[in-house]
Amino acid sequence: MTRVTDELAPIPPAKLSIRGVSKSFRSARREVAALEAVDLEVDVGEIVCLVGPSGCGKSTLLALVAGLETPDTGQILVDGSPVTKPGRDRMVMFQDAALFPWRDAIGNILFGLELKPGLPRWARLEVAQYYLQLVGLSSFAHAAIHELSGGMRQRIALARALAPNPTVLLMDEPFASLDAMTRERLYGDLQEIWQKRRKTVLFVTHNVREACCLGDRVIVMSPHPGKMRESFAVRLPRPRDINSAEIAGFAREITAALRLHE
Amino acid sequence: MRRFVTFSLFVAIVLALWEAVGAAGAWPEILLPRPSRVLSYLGGAISDGSLLEATLVTGKRLFAGYALGFAFGLPLGLLTAHATLARDTIGLVALGLQTLPSVCWVPLALLWFGQTETAMLFVVIMGTIWSILLAAESGVRNLPPIYTRAARTMGSRRLHLVMHVVIPAAFPAVVAGLKQGWAFAWRSLMAAEIFVTILTGFGLGHLLHYGRELHAMDQVLGVIAVIVAMGLLTEQLVFAPLEHWLKRRWGLAN
Ligand SMILES: Nc1ncnc2c1ncn2[C@@H]1O[C@H](COP(=O)(O)OP(=O)(O)OP(=O)(O)O)[C@@H](O)[C@H]1O
Ligand SMILES: [Mg+2]
Repeated sequence: MTRVTDELAPIPPAKLSIRGVSKSFRSARREVAALEAVDLEVDVGEIVCLVGPSGCGKSTLLALVAGLETPDTGQILVDGSPVTKPGRDRMVMFQDAALFPWRDAIGNILFGLELKPGLPRWARLEVAQYYLQLVGLSSFAHAAIHELSGGMRQRIALARALAPNPTVLLMDEPFASLDAMTRERLYGDLQEIWQKRRKTVLFVTHNVREACCLGDRVIVMSPHPGKMRESFAVRLPRPRDINSAEIAGFAREITAALRLHE
Repeated sequence: MRRFVTFSLFVAIVLALWEAVGAAGAWPEILLPRPSRVLSYLGGAISDGSLLEATLVTGKRLFAGYALGFAFGLPLGLLTAHATLARDTIGLVALGLQTLPSVCWVPLALLWFGQTETAMLFVVIMGTIWSILLAAESGVRNLPPIYTRAARTMGSRRLHLVMHVVIPAAFPAVVAGLKQGWAFAWRSLMAAEIFVTILTGFGLGHLLHYGRELHAMDQVLGVIAVIVAMGLLTEQLVFAPLEHWLKRRWGLAN
């Protein structure tokens, strides 16, 4: 029993430091500077949203923090220790959910837990069930992935990312392919879930309102080469309503900045 | 179920007509015996055990060769999918040999292994391995990179990644390869058994061959019926459930 309670115990989020990180991709014909000299400090438990036009290196930055790619220069630190490879302290949620179709809903959540050493089967199941319930899909444990709606898939993907109890959560346009109604429901639920499972979050989006609704800070990026341009602190109480006038005000300001740096 | 009823009715009518016209002496019985003759052959062959034994011999060869073809084909397919060197060597060989009708291996197998079980096994393996290899390779190569990336963030690496992500993700393609490999293996084994007499065991192909030698047309037709039934049964009992399961889990259209 202690195992599961340990496993589910909230752990303090990490401090994330990105220092002088550059990354370019070489193909046969040309070289693309995806990111150039990026500095970013994300405070413990802070939610930072990255917005910017296509190709400004948002996904690349997440891949670097996740340890899926290595930077050409600079360093990424999580609570002071450098990132060299993927780790369960940093979990990723991808745009198209990337759930495994050969596993059912709970099987997907179990994937990361199975890789955690020393967690017996019954404890893994209990943890997975907790997260299924957290995202409100307890009754869909054994649903096939193709039977779930887009919104449900993203909920399962969120549960899968949260289950190994990471300190950093990386979200790459997780709601981009959903309809507006589903998305707005998820904004509310996500804020509630974040309150229960506090994480340091890097959240990528094209949607400025979404960024203002979810972020403590919104960072505007520009492409060729990918750079951070401006940072906006969104000091509004939570939970926030995406349709509120304050959010609209912030969004207007940030959209203007995006145009400026285009 | 409806299909089954319709089909059974169709077969029954054709057989009844055949029986009636044959009984009227419309053609020489020695060239095309009536269904009742074929049935009585089958009855005799079942009761004296020769048919069951032949079926077991053939089944054993098929299963062993198929299993070996799979055991080599799958890892080789994974290898050619991952290593350019393997792809440019083994992969191209597979591509070439897959176009070769597997019956063509029979003369070669005879020269190498003589009239032995090994020759039979070799022919079945050659019929199976390339299809499975190429299917596994294409399955792995078409694997969306997002799956491996997602798995890696959760701590999956190397063998775990292969066993829990690469192979399951390639599974639909592998099943298609299994089915094709089965068809090739089955056909080539029949050809080999008809051409080659092996003293260690008479398979269905041999029964067919001796039916011809003895001008026993009832035996030829009876054995053909058994061969068809075995093919249909495998399809219904092995591949249909597998594909059905794939469809349910993956939501694939076919
Ligand atoms: N694996 C790769 N190989 C070559 N070029 C790449 C690779 N990954 C990214 N790039 C290039 O790096 C740049 C940044 O890509 P990235 O995917 O990070 O952009 P993004 O901000 O996420 O864009 P989007 O909003 O469209 O998702 C692009 O110009 C892209 O073409
Ligand atoms: Mg992107």
